Amino acid sequence: MAKELFFIIVGSIFVNNFVLSRFLGQCPFLGVSSKTETAVGMGMATTFVLTMTAVAAYFLQNYILAPFGLEPFLQIVSFILVIASLVQLVEMVILKISPTLYNAFGIFLPLVTTNCIVMGVALLIPMNNYNLIKSIALGLGAGIGFTLALALMSGIREDLEFADVPEALRGPAIVFITAGLLSMIFMGFTGLVPLG
Amino acid sequence: MQLFKDFINGIWNENPIFKMVIGICSALAVTTAANNGIAMGLALTFVLTCSSILISLLRNVIPAKVRIPCYIIVVATFTTVVDLFMKAYFPSLYEVLGIFIPLIVVNCTVLARAESFASKVGLARATADALGMGLGFTWAITLISMIRELLGAGTLFGYRVMWDGFTPWVSAILPPGAFIVMGILVGLINMINRKTAKDTHSH
Repeated sequence: MAKELFFIIVGSIFVNNFVLSRFLGQCPFLGVSSKTETAVGMGMATTFVLTMTAVAAYFLQNYILAPFGLEPFLQIVSFILVIASLVQLVEMVILKISPTLYNAFGIFLPLVTTNCIVMGVALLIPMNNYNLIKSIALGLGAGIGFTLALALMSGIREDLEFADVPEALRGPAIVFITAGLLSMIFMGFTGLVPLG
Repeated sequence: MQLFKDFINGIWNENPIFKMVIGICSALAVTTAANNGIAMGLALTFVLTCSSILISLLRNVIPAKVRIPCYIIVVATFTTVVDLFMKAYFPSLYEVLGIFIPLIVVNCTVLARAESFASKVGLARATADALGMGLGFTWAITLISMIRELLGAGTLFGYRVMWDGFTPWVSAILPPGAFIVMGILVGLINMINRKTAKDTHSH
């Protein structure tokens, strides 16, 4: 069991990084990766929501959708609604409990709803028949992988500001090419854990 | 005339993939073969057009404060329709596209058009805009997938087109290839734009 959890976490951080190899969460990856500080803030907010979503998706799937046979036609609608309200709830709770934490990543929270990494993790849980612990591991691993990719990218982009990039490639184009090189580096982790 | 303008807008001027660079998760993930690109593009066009029509019709009924949740439910409904349709009639394609069909629900293009366009204009303009955006997405994603398939497998739509001694550049159909092909294409489109902008300027 512990070994399997380790494989899920390491697998989703390095081998099948959610951003660089599964292509989830591209919008924030391009949008908020120009400064390391905001990138890490966004990463932490997403990790937090992802872990909570994993728990919510597990219970929703196994205690409501599956027993009542609603899974085929209500899965997408109910998941997106639960994610949207969860994000609102998290935002309100953080504002109440810790204003400092809210200042650190509260502003990123509304953006997390339409981040497809959250919906992606929610959909992967029933697809792989994960139990509760594995679901949490997947959410946590996806979040850490996302934060890692965002932090690496923002570090490179801060230096890229001073590079002499051909004019046509400025903006998103050079970010894509850099992401391609990063993704190639992450391919070096292939075979680190057996994928099941 | 206005309708035609709305239609062309999505195909070139504000192409969601190459110009706005939104909703690109699926554009990168499923573009390993030309067939997948077309299928994904058409699926998105269907969801986008149907939701834009419905949202435009309901624009005076939906209260402003809860509009985003309403849009999300409309989009989720049509995504479910596509999801079940593809699962039933194109199971092999559905297998390849995987979670990216249900993920249309969080595709920024759909929500962005609903919020910034369909909720403000009449039925005809909303439909023209949605069709243009959808087709703009489809041609962009098909182009990316054709390049990747050609370089990575030496085929096009499954038919062998490269010469005999051609060694496939496997990286093109692996994740890094998606990013690099995308980057080069966005750069090329930028170059064409700057050129046309300069030409019209000098006249």
